[in-house]
Amino acid sequence: MEPIIAVRDLRKIYHVGDVDVHALRGVSLEVPRGEYVSIVGPSGSGKSTLFHVLGGLTSITSGQVVVDGQDLSLLTDLERTRLRRRKVGFVFQRYNLLPTLTAQGNIEIARYFGGKQGPLEKDFLEIIRLLGIEHRLHHKPRALSGGEQQRVAIARALVNRPAILLADEPTGNLDTENSEAVLDLLRSLNHRFGQTILMITHNPEAAAYADRIVHMRDGRIVREN
Amino acid sequence: MINRLVLENLKHRRLRTTLSALSIGFQVTMILAVAGLSRGMLEDSRNRAKGVGADIWIKPPGASAISLTGASMPQSVLRYFRGVPHVKLATGTAIQPIGGISTITGIDYDEFVAMSGPFRFLEGGPFQGDDDVIVDQYYAEQQKLKAGDTVTILNHQWRVCGIVEPGKLARLFVRLQRLQELTNSEGKLNQAFLKLDDPARTPEVIRYLKSQPELTGYSVYSIEEFLSMFSMSNVPGLQAFIYVIIGLSLIIGFLVVGLTMYTTVLERTREIGILKALGASPFDIVGILVRETVVLAVAGWAAGILLSLGAHWLINTQVRANLQSAIAPDWWPIALAVSLTASLLGALYPGLRAARQDAIEALSYE
Repeated sequence: MEPIIAVRDLRKIYHVGDVDVHALRGVSLEVPRGEYVSIVGPSGSGKSTLFHVLGGLTSITSGQVVVDGQDLSLLTDLERTRLRRRKVGFVFQRYNLLPTLTAQGNIEIARYFGGKQGPLEKDFLEIIRLLGIEHRLHHKPRALSGGEQQRVAIARALVNRPAILLADEPTGNLDTENSEAVLDLLRSLNHRFGQTILMITHNPEAAAYADRIVHMRDGRIVREN
Repeated sequence: MINRLVLENLKHRRLRTTLSALSIGFQVTMILAVAGLSRGMLEDSRNRAKGVGADIWIKPPGASAISLTGASMPQSVLRYFRGVPHVKLATGTAIQPIGGISTITGIDYDEFVAMSGPFRFLEGGPFQGDDDVIVDQYYAEQQKLKAGDTVTILNHQWRVCGIVEPGKLARLFVRLQRLQELTNSEGKLNQAFLKLDDPARTPEVIRYLKSQPELTGYSVYSIEEFLSMFSMSNVPGLQAFIYVIIGLSLIIGFLVVGLTMYTTVLERTREIGILKALGASPFDIVGILVRETVVLAVAGWAAGILLSLGAHWLINTQVRANLQSAIAPDWWPIALAVSLTASLLGALYPGLRAARQDAIEALSYE
């Protein structure tokens, strides 16, 4: 079966003033549909850049990145925006909920950009129940705990049924109990709904929840297990 | 959904939203107050001119149609006018400024009353002595005068002999001869009024007067023609003044909204990053800011209308002897256009800045 993510010899160079920063130096990676992959590595290893490239937030310098059949190297800025609407869901370390909207509003605005309006689908309501936020939907982020905010962020990331869920240190701001709850949820979503997940983390215990762990250093993948 | 986000964003910073809307409101008030004052004062002057009861209005050479004072004509010309066929009555007045745009008018009481009809006295009665002054109700209220009070005008003590209903040419009347003496303009008038035996003959009489060599340079108007001159375009400098006010309003609105939106964009850098991560295009981001701007401009416009109604009430109750304000609903769309234009121009740069914001940098913004 064709992988949902196929990265071949990916290079990304940032220009910082007169200096070229080689953030990715020939990364190749394949992720089959429905796999849960953790990417670990020290700061500066290129894992965040890989996250941004896969999410269509930045262009690539060379190589090839195919997400759900779309070659990102051929996309314009606007086409990458469209890709983010339908094929990618983001979960961030700092939750990144819009503070002026309720939990439901945060979910609905992502759905709006994904081109859908009206009542939430039944199967998505099941995800809401699984995340345990059905009674917190009318609250604004400031009234939610960190764990609840992250669960809302996960719901928001999944509302458009993305091909891939990208999670950047999703437990980085949570205590142990909430971290375990979020990691359990991600695993459940992967098992029950076949959601493909790529998670960046520093934490080896969090990484261990995944099917596969990819280690990065100095812009390269150095090991997988 | 976007509309909900826009409203929630505005509600999130209530104070800033309120202050921004009020600032736009003040610029709208400025435009509407100037338009209302211009119209109110012209309407008041028009009504008072109508109250003279004349068919023909004559100004001396060199005088503009609706100026308050200006050139003068010899009083003896009244005798000439009385000899013109179909002229039933002729009278003239002298006008003297007494500060600001206020004036005092000298009349021949009997001639004036014969032409305009009797004054309606609310207190007191006609002139009894040379230093008597008749004031209208607005002036009396504003100056808190009663019949019998003394008032100083033109460095001269006058006794208020009567308070009359407004609407007859002027707010302050004194004896013509006394005013001429005090202003060293004996035998001179600023304008003359003619009443005809048949108003239908007005064009015929005007043609006759204009054909007389001794009246060369005199301006002769039918009352309809004269009243039609009380429009904004006929007052020297008024149109330009209104344009200046509109220009200032545009600049103020531009600066206020520009600053508001600039701080909004800075404050929301991270949120803009989130929206971009969720798939918002630069067009969507600009669209959100434009909608917020439009809401601010419309709210400010509505506030401005309310404030202008307040200003209208205040002017007409506190200083109506000097200033008269009218409500000018036909200026509301113009004020809306000005506030929208200024606001959208102000939002332009912050909006473009937000649209160009790099999503990754925005997301890492602290």
